[in-house]
Amino acid sequence: MKNLARFIVVAFCLFSTAPFLWHVLSSLKDGAEVTQIPPTILPARPTLENYFELFEHRPFLRYWLNSFMIASLSSLLCVVSAAPAAHRLARSSARTRVVASSALLGLAFVPPIVFVFPLYELVRTLGLINHPWGLIFPYAALNLPLSIWLLTGYFRQIPIELEEAASMDGLTPLQTFLTIVLPLARPALATVTVLAFVFSWNEYILALTFMNAEYARTVTVAIATLSGAFIYDIPWGLIAAGVIASSLPLIVLTILFQNRIVAGLTAGSAR
Amino acid sequence: MYKRVLWFLPALLLIATVMLYPALRTFILSFYRMDLGTSFQAEFAGLSNFARLAVDSRFRGSLWTTIVFTTTTVSIEFLAGLGLALCADTWVQGRSAVRTILLIPWTLPTAVIAVLWAWIFNDQYGILNSVLTRAGIVSSPIPWLANPTTAFWALVVADAWKTTPFVFVILLAGLQAIPGELYEAIEIDGGGAWAKFRMITWPFLARFVFVALVFRVIQAFSVFDLVFVMTGGGPGGRTETLSVYAYQTMMRYLDFSYAAALATATVAALALAALILYWLLIRNREEFS
Repeated sequence: MKNLARFIVVAFCLFSTAPFLWHVLSSLKDGAEVTQIPPTILPARPTLENYFELFEHRPFLRYWLNSFMIASLSSLLCVVSAAPAAHRLARSSARTRVVASSALLGLAFVPPIVFVFPLYELVRTLGLINHPWGLIFPYAALNLPLSIWLLTGYFRQIPIELEEAASMDGLTPLQTFLTIVLPLARPALATVTVLAFVFSWNEYILALTFMNAEYARTVTVAIATLSGAFIYDIPWGLIAAGVIASSLPLIVLTILFQNRIVAGLTAGSAR
Repeated sequence: MYKRVLWFLPALLLIATVMLYPALRTFILSFYRMDLGTSFQAEFAGLSNFARLAVDSRFRGSLWTTIVFTTTTVSIEFLAGLGLALCADTWVQGRSAVRTILLIPWTLPTAVIAVLWAWIFNDQYGILNSVLTRAGIVSSPIPWLANPTTAFWALVVADAWKTTPFVFVILLAGLQAIPGELYEAIEIDGGGAWAKFRMITWPFLARFVFVALVFRVIQAFSVFDLVFVMTGGGPGGRTETLSVYAYQTMMRYLDFSYAAALATATVAALALAALILYWLLIRNREEFS
């Protein structure tokens, strides 16, 4: 029984990794081998030429840096604006909290398609089409409802006596927040930042709509258009390399912050 | 008092500009006409957009595709996630590694995943056809993404691959929160595995199930990236979901008001689905009160 359970788990782990591993192997094949019929499993002549092509002859580094900058700044902006709001919310009356939480969850669940066109008008009016801030602001905001909600739950676990003691020692609310509350909330802040980063890195519909110039694209849009740009002779090896290169930062993040991500995902059910 | 507001100000400003205003604008725009015909000037049009929805067969088709996609993927993800969580729960040493491995597909960008699976399902170069022909299961390569039914199931497989881990992680956390003594009590009373599941595991897990299902239903219902990149809604519009149809109406046909009406209808349908889910899972259960 136990062995069967483990077998099922291991089999599913294989199913989870196999498609990705196949792309790793394919990205190491040369142009002739990658379109060979039937396909080979292991590369016969392993080569990094797809990666060289991607980074040297195509502006993939540019896409990658665009994504990195947009995801970093928007997750930072998100956590910086979420933390003070969540802190105040955590210390407000039960009634306010319930109303605010419901409103936040309701907002978080609105399908993104609802925001696309008015946001497009707004971003265009502000002259931010093809500009990183045209995505940084929207991404930070779209992540806010769940971030505030997660942080409020965490701030509530910090004993209020700590804050009362700090205020008796003459600290202003802002000083208390910065020197007492925030350091204690580091794990929760890390959770929120990582989740916001992952969301922003992965976002597609707004990036597709707002970033139409080659130089402004993010990796998700670049990979998705790379395969659509060629009708004949699709450069699969190149695409496989792109899939790997665009996924790598997230794989590293997942391995480093597994516990924080799980904490964020399960916070909703534990409450 | 005004000092208190300052704490909320950055968050409120961002949410109001990026979410509240656009949502309101979309809702109001669905009662206007704003397309090529009006030179993109908004003209009040009453309920005409919704009258058009009622007779739009493409809308009905995409609504149906969305509903079938949501129920199929969420059912599969729920059953697979629950089964996996039950299997992994007893495996103390392996749990953390398994969780990391399974989380990786979940964190990857959906648009990139769509490219990855499109290649696996590619009729000529795809590994799936190659494996199937080598194993002698099929005699000639199947054009998975060129046939409406297989294209739909290809989307389901890709979605289940990516999001079963999400359900798994939540349900595993639920299982681990159950005190072990409760199971011992059932054992003393002579209860078997089924009695344990029905009397302890399920009641404890119900809240976790609710959270996982709500998240999944809402995300599946809003699905855009996967369909747009992997099949483009094709072949022949047969895998087009509501979000994809609304996006095409907006960016390809430049019919902004009808796209707004489609988005509004998506939210209305989603709200209805959430209500049904709430009624099924919460209202009918004593344990929650």
